[in-house]
Amino acid sequence: MGAYLIRRLLLMALTLFGMSVLIFVMLRLVPGNITDIIFDSAGFVNPAKKAAIERQLGLDQPIVTQYVSWIAGLARGDLGYAFVSEKPALDEILPRVPVTAKLAVLALLFSVLFGVPLGVISAVRQNTALDYALRVVSLSGLSLPSFWLGLLILMACVNWFGWIPIYRSTPGSFWSEVALLSIPAAAVGFRSSALVMRLTRSSMLEVLRQDYIRTARAKGASEPTVNYDHALRNAVLPVVTIIGIEAAFLIGGLIVTETVFNIPGVARFLVEAIRWRDYPIVQNLVMFIAVVVVVVNFIVDMTYVVLDPRIKFEE
Amino acid sequence: MRVQPALGAAFFVLAATLVMTPALAQKQGGTLRIYHRDNLPSASIHEEATISTVQPFMAVFNNLVLFDQGKKRNAPETIVPDLAESWTWDPTGTRLTFKLRPGVKWHDGRPFTAKDVQCTFNKLTGKDTEDDFRRNPRAVWWQNLKEVAVNGDHEATLVLNRPQPSILSMLASGYTPIYPCHVKAQAMRTNPIGTGPFKFVEFKRGDTVKFVRNPEYWKPGRPYLDAIEWKVIENRSTRILAFVAGEFDMTFSADVSVPLLKDVTEQAPKAICSLAPTGVSTNLIVNPAVAPFNDANVRRALALALDRKTMIDILSQGKFSLSGVMLPPPEGTWGMPPELLQTLPGYAADIEKSRAEARKIMEGLGYGPNKTLKVKVSTRNIAIYRDPAVLLIDQLKSIYIDGELEVIDTSIWHAKVTRKEYSVGLNLTGVGVDDPDVNLYENYSCGSERNLTQYCNKDVDALIEKQSREPDTQKRKQIVWEIERHLAEDLARPIIYYERAATCWQPQLKGFVHHENSIYNNWRFEDVWLDR
Repeated sequence: MGAYLIRRLLLMALTLFGMSVLIFVMLRLVPGNITDIIFDSAGFVNPAKKAAIERQLGLDQPIVTQYVSWIAGLARGDLGYAFVSEKPALDEILPRVPVTAKLAVLALLFSVLFGVPLGVISAVRQNTALDYALRVVSLSGLSLPSFWLGLLILMACVNWFGWIPIYRSTPGSFWSEVALLSIPAAAVGFRSSALVMRLTRSSMLEVLRQDYIRTARAKGASEPTVNYDHALRNAVLPVVTIIGIEAAFLIGGLIVTETVFNIPGVARFLVEAIRWRDYPIVQNLVMFIAVVVVVVNFIVDMTYVVLDPRIKFEE
Repeated sequence: MRVQPALGAAFFVLAATLVMTPALAQKQGGTLRIYHRDNLPSASIHEEATISTVQPFMAVFNNLVLFDQGKKRNAPETIVPDLAESWTWDPTGTRLTFKLRPGVKWHDGRPFTAKDVQCTFNKLTGKDTEDDFRRNPRAVWWQNLKEVAVNGDHEATLVLNRPQPSILSMLASGYTPIYPCHVKAQAMRTNPIGTGPFKFVEFKRGDTVKFVRNPEYWKPGRPYLDAIEWKVIENRSTRILAFVAGEFDMTFSADVSVPLLKDVTEQAPKAICSLAPTGVSTNLIVNPAVAPFNDANVRRALALALDRKTMIDILSQGKFSLSGVMLPPPEGTWGMPPELLQTLPGYAADIEKSRAEARKIMEGLGYGPNKTLKVKVSTRNIAIYRDPAVLLIDQLKSIYIDGELEVIDTSIWHAKVTRKEYSVGLNLTGVGVDDPDVNLYENYSCGSERNLTQYCNKDVDALIEKQSREPDTQKRKQIVWEIERHLAEDLARPIIYYERAATCWQPQLKGFVHHENSIYNNWRFEDVWLDR
């Protein structure tokens, strides 16, 4: 196990290095840089001043020098200065991380708390009216874009209650923030919950036909014990895998949801930074997201061992 | 005998009540909540050329003079004192002396003096090389400013190279605040210090911009509001819904498009909406260095193919203004009257006749239904650029031009046009002040940085200077219209239309007057109050 862990950690480091190169190069392949944009927003281009700003921001340096400088900064915990706000990139990124983290956790919770039980019910009640209804719900979850759903929710709130659940200022307490974020979390988590529901259903249907389930029933185990202790535990592994993948995909959904619900999180901020070619923000944020994805995948792999004792990672 | 004094007293009380009622009605306090449409690039008005910066930050500053915030029209006669208590011209019309208000303090407590005026204009004219602006988009406004001379702490004289009556209009724009000498340009982009009615508190990128009342503001009793809070909401549907739900007292300037206006007024019937020109024109750009557009006849055919009215009807339900270079009447002061406008090439009411003439030109050059001229119509990848570009392509088909839309990433649009990497394009141009000097020097004079197409005609330049010197408005208008004719004949960025859009506010917002001929100059908010 120890050797496996070391191998995984080394692989993680290698993946992150590859990501850093990819992010850095791809960002510079996009046409235009910050100086183009700041002059574009002023409606003119002054080549001499543009060159001076490029010099000031270090954009005139060879790409390798820029990369080494970024990585060396990262190693020192120095993320550089945001080009647009002229503030330390860390100061710009840090306050936004908790907002997105809360939203992401709530969205994942929503998808698991709704997806898994409803998937189990759908499987257990296969081909009943309830199963058909849940399948329609899951299909609509997969086909409704989250931005459209978000706007629909906003319009419904304004029309029916004369109130709009958007993020105007930092809520006073933790619970009021949870309450406010729960609506966008539901909008973004709906798709994931539908996916989890469908996967749980199909996985459960397969497991429910196994001999050991019949044996458990023959031994007189109650239906909830059979369904949740025996069947679900064995059916949940692919679901855990998909939750891990969804956690990575979630960032895409969050960009849209943060925009529609006006949540000042990192996802929306990232898009804005890309639009401005604010390299220090984009590089560090994408790197941060890459770290999160790599760590989540690692946690998912480790969860397999907990959920299924038969799984052992080779020494 | 005793009745008369009693009647007199009653009359006095009634008169006093009538006179005082408006003043008593104004309420102190409250936070004005406005949404912002996008992420503003910086807080430095002088370095930006967008309403996104002017609208929130104008309240932090004062100008020397200002367009009257209580009058709808921006015009020389509506210019009122601000940091300058008074101004005088010398007999040559080249020295404009301002008596500055004593006792004014910057938000950090330092005194405001004539040196600050000098510093501001030294930066704008490029004389301050030590602490230069990163960008100076309106440098051309100040090309006639020789220097600023100071006499003590409370007198500053703008010395001009030649007479220029418009200089006062430029000074009165929201784009011309006075900056402090003692604060670096970099700090002004992130943490601005002004003398205005509101102090800057916080600028969270992509989230909020906050200001609080300046308790030491030099104008007694102002501002009425305790604070102004701007919330950035990039998604238009969300912000309009938030306004309808009453989350905001006001929309961002000109954020409500003509089609949206109907929805807003239906869903928020009490909201007050003002539909006015935005000062932004949509125009056709043609690169005369690229064949076949180096042929003046082809350019003329292009102008003749334009059906402005159809575009206006489709895009704005007929609300946009058909115009030449200057903002047209009734809101615009300098625009050509419609009957004169129709005499310009490409503006005739009979479109079919114009197009027949254009087709004849094209046929003469060898083009026809079986041999069309293939051309890329370039534009910026933003809906307000793309939509008219698509209509333009359709209209060009009528004269055997087969256009293909080329959308350019917004970040490199200006760079690409400046490098002349286009044949035909569709562009938008914003004008800060409804004034010929501002518009003509910025967009059509030889060598101006904002003259995107680098159009240069020495005769036109001479006329631009001639109108700039002319103090008589009527005579000046005639010269401006002569310039319009030259520009239309040269196909120098033909204007297709001037946009209109609405700004809306809730009924509890009082004391706000929406300017009708510029969106850039009425955001001081010192006379605005909330009646919640």
